[in-house]
Amino acid sequence: MPAASPLSRVNDFVVRFANVNGSGSASANELFARSILRHGVPVSPRNIFPSNIQGLPTWYEVRVTEEGHLGARGGVDMMVAMNPQTWDKDVASIEAGGYLFYDSTKPLPASKFREDITVVGVPLTAITNSTYNDPRQRQLFKNIIYLGALSALFDMDPKLVETLIGEQYKGKEKLLSSNIHALHLGRDWALQNLKCPIGLRIKKADKVGDRIFIEGNSAAALGAVYGGATVCAWYPITPSSSLADAFTAHCKRLRHDPETKQAKYAIVQGEDELASIGIVIGAGWNGARAFTATSGPGISLMQEFIGLSYFAEIPAVIMDVQRAGPSTGMPTRTQQCDIISAAYASHGDTKHILLFPEDPAEAFEMAAQCFDLADRLQTTVFLMLDLDIGMNHRLCRPLKWDESKQYDRGKVMTAEMLEAGTNFGRYLDVDGDGIPFRTYPGTHPTKGSFFTRGTSRDEYARYTEEGSAYQANMQRLLRKFDTAKDLVPRPLQANAVKATKYGVIYFGSTAPAMDEAIGVLEARGHQLDRLRVRAFPFHSSVSSFIAGHDFVFVVEQNRDAQLRSLVVNELNIDPVRLVPILHYDGTPITARFIAKAIGDHLDQLKVTPLRKVVS
Amino acid sequence: MTYIAKPKFHHPGLPKNELGFTHRDYEGKVSTLCAGCGHDSITASIIEACFELSIEPHRVAKISGIGCSSKTPDYFLGNSHGFNSVHGRMPSVLTGANLANRDLIYLGVSGDGDSASIGFGQFAHAIRRGVNMAYIVENNGVYGLTKGQFSATADRGSKSKRGVTNTDNAIDLVAIALQLGASFVARSFSGDKTQLVPLIEAAITHKGASFIDVISPCVAFNNHTGSTKSFDYVREHNDAVNRLDVITGRAPITVDYAPGTVQVVEQHDGTRLALRKLDADYDVHDRLAAMAFLQKHAAKGQVVTGLLYVDPEADDLHTHLNTVEQPLNTLEAKDLCPGSAALEKFNASLR
Ligand SMILES: Cc1ncc(C[n+]2csc(CCOP(=O)(O)OP(=O)(O)O)c2C)c(N)n1
Ligand code: SF4
Ligand SMILES: [Mg+2]
Repeated sequence: MPAASPLSRVNDFVVRFANVNGSGSASANELFARSILRHGVPVSPRNIFPSNIQGLPTWYEVRVTEEGHLGARGGVDMMVAMNPQTWDKDVASIEAGGYLFYDSTKPLPASKFREDITVVGVPLTAITNSTYNDPRQRQLFKNIIYLGALSALFDMDPKLVETLIGEQYKGKEKLLSSNIHALHLGRDWALQNLKCPIGLRIKKADKVGDRIFIEGNSAAALGAVYGGATVCAWYPITPSSSLADAFTAHCKRLRHDPETKQAKYAIVQGEDELASIGIVIGAGWNGARAFTATSGPGISLMQEFIGLSYFAEIPAVIMDVQRAGPSTGMPTRTQQCDIISAAYASHGDTKHILLFPEDPAEAFEMAAQCFDLADRLQTTVFLMLDLDIGMNHRLCRPLKWDESKQYDRGKVMTAEMLEAGTNFGRYLDVDGDGIPFRTYPGTHPTKGSFFTRGTSRDEYARYTEEGSAYQANMQRLLRKFDTAKDLVPRPLQANAVKATKYGVIYFGSTAPAMDEAIGVLEARGHQLDRLRVRAFPFHSSVSSFIAGHDFVFVVEQNRDAQLRSLVVNELNIDPVRLVPILHYDGTPITARFIAKAIGDHLDQLKVTPLRKVVS
Repeated sequence: MTYIAKPKFHHPGLPKNELGFTHRDYEGKVSTLCAGCGHDSITASIIEACFELSIEPHRVAKISGIGCSSKTPDYFLGNSHGFNSVHGRMPSVLTGANLANRDLIYLGVSGDGDSASIGFGQFAHAIRRGVNMAYIVENNGVYGLTKGQFSATADRGSKSKRGVTNTDNAIDLVAIALQLGASFVARSFSGDKTQLVPLIEAAITHKGASFIDVISPCVAFNNHTGSTKSFDYVREHNDAVNRLDVITGRAPITVDYAPGTVQVVEQHDGTRLALRKLDADYDVHDRLAAMAFLQKHAAKGQVVTGLLYVDPEADDLHTHLNTVEQPLNTLEAKDLCPGSAALEKFNASLR
């Protein structure tokens, strides 16, 4: 192997921890990421884990990025190789000039290493075993010991790490002091025996500001609390379970009557996804704000009910934390692959509302907004999260709530209105927006009741198989969908510095990688206007953006260019004008990938005239 | 603001209940089922029970799945909201509705295909959760609406109208409901109004999951010789364990019973169930005995009817979840939204 000079980088590198699932490394690794934040340096961590609880490999990757690039970068500058099982692959994945950190208690043959990397050995097991007797303690503190050693190697301020440990074990003095002790065991060993710091270093900066560090699932769950959800029904599935768990935790903290201690919410773990969505629809029908959290396989099961919600016009919110499909696919890997199955869920002609948050802050806002939209539009609204946003801590702007905000409960006819003689037709479009009035069950003794059904009916909810009544109703549903275009979050456009004929459309968790890629592409001489789509149905500005460019890249994380299909289909766009950029190996999309794919395409264009001559 | 229900104007001679309503106020649309369908008799019994209990019609939510049986909520309580949902999923829809507003009365209507085949899971889980509801299965042993295929409650050895013999074992929903912990379990027959009406009344007033399996012959596809759900077969094999009278606190009715054979059960809301026992050693409080009794009689080819089990002290899903008394669907932003100060605190904990 050719020798490479060791990487030398400040506040801009990727550390990857290779661990064994269930070894208690997760909290130490998270502590590492948080400590760097306390230095005022942004990080973007990601869990890469298998669909098993114990014994299989897991990785935790921390991208240290003073520039604030929160997408995955790709490549590893320092591997903390704690898993013998994955050693070879882990060592191979280190960038030339990178570093390998390992437990040097047992000597390893030279063939296990590479010449073009710097190897840092710390006898972790030896240190741990000479200090602790209890096997569990040994396992847990070994993680803190390597954290201590890393703090010395990266030149981190130990005080900041100690403060964090102090916050974590507040009130648990014994745990606190033993963790601090373990930290210094590792740190001191490194300082005494190794050349510290190495080429990768953390330097205090002021680039974090007031941003918070939160998982998208927790933020979305809190959005549901703020948005007034009172009923949640769900069935466990990765990567959405932690959303329901977070909703439970938030409700326990925020939604109990201070005097009676009673709950202002009801959470049911359904027997399956059919029951979960059934409960949501029953609650929505009866005037409560309700949601379920699920992933692709759950969406597949819910199809029939979603059609009922569409046709009988019942509010429902589904938070879909997408994972790689089809079938069970790669259940712990990320993708944006449920776009089509959510947009057109169920048999017959249906269309549904989708919102695409880019990060936890937007997940919070949009989750709350879903409930207003579902009530206003009386239909299912999907919050399209994915594993990358949902299950990773992401640095994002603080969550904000406008105190003056009232819930929009939509068109609900009250007993007073009925008593005053207002004409009530459950499926009557009174003002042209396609949205009829509804009544909650039990509103009035003699007026306003109706029979809800998934079969065809007239404007007064009377069963009918009359073709014209059916068609009129289907047309009204289209009108309603049109109304939705101006109610859902608008796309956000960012233009290139110089005027350009090329644009790019992207959405959801692709955002940070895309934003970073723009810089890389600019450096390569390519200018691109950007449009981040935030909802379906598409706002008219999506059409005009496409019309304003020679062609537009559509960047997404699935094989079949699902969003692009939706754009082609719904906006009647010539497919030739939309160039798909697709990333779907289950890892989060990177700026490197996007910049290369788009850059290569644009480079080719520059030589097009030559080719034309040839042909 | 509350509105007192104003009864429709009817012939002054029609009997009125305590609220001044007549039978007519509990009726719905005209049934489109086959003339003579058992389901229509059950509809009539539901109307009668609601009238007797002096329920305000609009305070009932009627929820069903899909099937001839599931159509019937359109034919009673025309002033109630009804929800003809999807096949086999009434229990989840009802559960959600119940969570949203604990103050309404929930009447779940289903068929044997709806509850024992496609919706067997939902049936089981709504019951084991103790959703406060009256769950009625109109059991004809066939899929009426799709023209007479066997359902999962069809007895082994019974013959379809086309002459096909059923070789699969039958599911007895009553036995399952007992096993699942339903706190009120009964069986009746659509043709036995005197038994059925009080059972429905009792199921409605019972707090917790009440289940009634009502055998309801399908005149189109399951009322022939060889069927075990036909009028004749059920009449011949019916073994009633008790006859019930429901005595509400508001309107005491005197029951005509012989001493020594009556068991009075007081329910949560003060209603009393007077059981005229036909089978002297039948104890409605013994779940295990009820299960054994049922099996023993089933082995003899007998269809046990009556109130088979009741736990008058039962509670419901809302109790388990410790939800507020106020219906969740009436809570507003001020009750539900923690506000920006709480959010600031939360933000601070994430830095
Ligand atoms: C998902 C689905 N599968 C099949 C059907 C067709 N289907 C309608 S009703 C029914 C059976 C109803 O049987 P049961 O519940 O016993 O009602 P009955 O008509 O006998 O009263 C079936 C299979 C359907 N509506 N939905
Ligand atoms: S087909 Fe059978 S169940 Fe359906 S309405 Fe006719 S008699 Fe009743
Ligand atoms: Mg049937």
